[in-house]
Amino acid sequence: MLFFKFLMNDVLSQPSVLVGLVALVGLLAQKKPVEQIITGTIKTIIGFLILSGGANIVVGSLSHFGTMFQKGFNITGVVPNNEAIVALAIQTIGSQTALIMACGMAVNILLARFTRYKYIWLTGHHTFYMACMLAAILLAAGFKGVSLVVAGSILLGMTMVIFPALAHPIMRQITGSDEVAFAHFGTIGYILSGYIGKYIGDKSKSTEDIKLPKGLTFMRDNTVAIGTTMMLVYIITALFAGKGYVEKELSGGMNYLVFSAIQALTFSAGVYVILAGVRMILGEIIPAFRGIALKIVPNAKPALDCPVVYPYAPTAVLIGFLTSFLAGIVGMFILIALKATVIIPGVVPHFFCGATAGVFGNATGGRRGAVIGSFAHGLLITFLPVWLMPVLGNLGFANTTFSDADFTVTGIITGNVARFFGSTGIYILVVILLLILFIPAFSKGNAVKSQKTA
Amino acid sequence: MKILVVCGSGLGSSFLIEMNIKKVLQELGLKAEVDHADLGSAKGSGADILVGTRDIAVQLYDMGPEVVSLDNMIDTESMKTKLIEAINKLKK
Repeated sequence: MLFFKFLMNDVLSQPSVLVGLVALVGLLAQKKPVEQIITGTIKTIIGFLILSGGANIVVGSLSHFGTMFQKGFNITGVVPNNEAIVALAIQTIGSQTALIMACGMAVNILLARFTRYKYIWLTGHHTFYMACMLAAILLAAGFKGVSLVVAGSILLGMTMVIFPALAHPIMRQITGSDEVAFAHFGTIGYILSGYIGKYIGDKSKSTEDIKLPKGLTFMRDNTVAIGTTMMLVYIITALFAGKGYVEKELSGGMNYLVFSAIQALTFSAGVYVILAGVRMILGEIIPAFRGIALKIVPNAKPALDCPVVYPYAPTAVLIGFLTSFLAGIVGMFILIALKATVIIPGVVPHFFCGATAGVFGNATGGRRGAVIGSFAHGLLITFLPVWLMPVLGNLGFANTTFSDADFTVTGIITGNVARFFGSTGIYILVVILLLILFIPAFSKGNAVKSQKTA
Repeated sequence: MKILVVCGSGLGSSFLIEMNIKKVLQELGLKAEVDHADLGSAKGSGADILVGTRDIAVQLYDMGPEVVSLDNMIDTESMKTKLIEAINKLKK
């Protein structure tokens, strides 16, 4: 009994152990050899601890940035970065995140098995981030314990089929096949780009007929891209905050420009560490999920991360990144003029999501679609975080937040439903969404039956 | 033999390609250590074969002995052919 109590209160309350347990279950379910079970579980736990280490690195850098921005511009500045916000969040809500993630993946499998939406969401880091955001929002809305995990997992599982379903019509146009689906939580931005392309673009004038210089390919290296752009942002901020203030209050006498450059590179270093941790956490969980899912759902459509569409339109990738980033800068000045919370254009979301928006816009509306579509996307991911932050609870006060469109849209909807209608509102939302997912399955089934009898 | 699959942040697509490569190697009855990483970590990884989609692969050529450039992430047949080609080159 004493051992049981020790297990429940001291061991399993540690989020790292809980994540390790999820991996352990996955490995056992696949009947892996003992040594693989041990190394897999240990690596998953270590991955989680690496994540915490990375969080400590980015926190220092971000808080200096926040202070300088506040001093320099007299408003709050936020650097949107999924990795940073998740790493911060799991310090307090790691256990809830782990449980929602594990059960949410099970819900994904069940939905794929029993509805006509056969998508299996294989972008594991986004599953993890969405689980974390839902945990934060439901906690802020007053959910606790079992109800938190149940509501969070069902919501997570639903996002894992709803967003691929929304992306699929355009995805079919891009890949020219029905076999592969799309899994990246920026879908709302991509279909916005796709629809804009459809109505104002011209599909026949593809971006791929233009030749562009390859000079920007170094931006594909995440660490370099974040380091370079953040240095620019930090140094400009330091110039506005002033030499005297930075050197007296923050840097302990170190030259303010050198200090801000090093802090910017430290941010990039922290993100690198976090990514290494995320990679290690997912290392065992995703193959297990994929193996189990493909066994249970025979005609499953694997839904893959956004770079799956890049080779179909490499020029649109570059155009999409540049115009989305430009829109992020325009959006930032609009927010400054409005004296709202300022969202600094993050190079990672504009790269990955902007590029994808470019490919979607090009598929439906050629050059004009790619340019205007990804510009609209860039504005969207700049403004949405401003509405998300108030519903994130304590997490809304960090100097970083979620960036990609589906995180912010899902967060704004669930957060505001919870705010105005309480937990009952969330349950009603869950039921409505489940009905939408299930009802076509029945109507389709009936249609097939009636055809047969006729 | 060590194979490293590379993508922008080393999380999603490289991981998926890694899982497919492991499956292909199993079919072929070959043994290799397969891992995935971000572009920044690819240099100095000591891998014998670096794999990436063609937009990534252009940056891999000076980082390892053999590079496999994939036109398409989901076409496992062409991946198989290119992988066998690279393995054979290494054996020479």
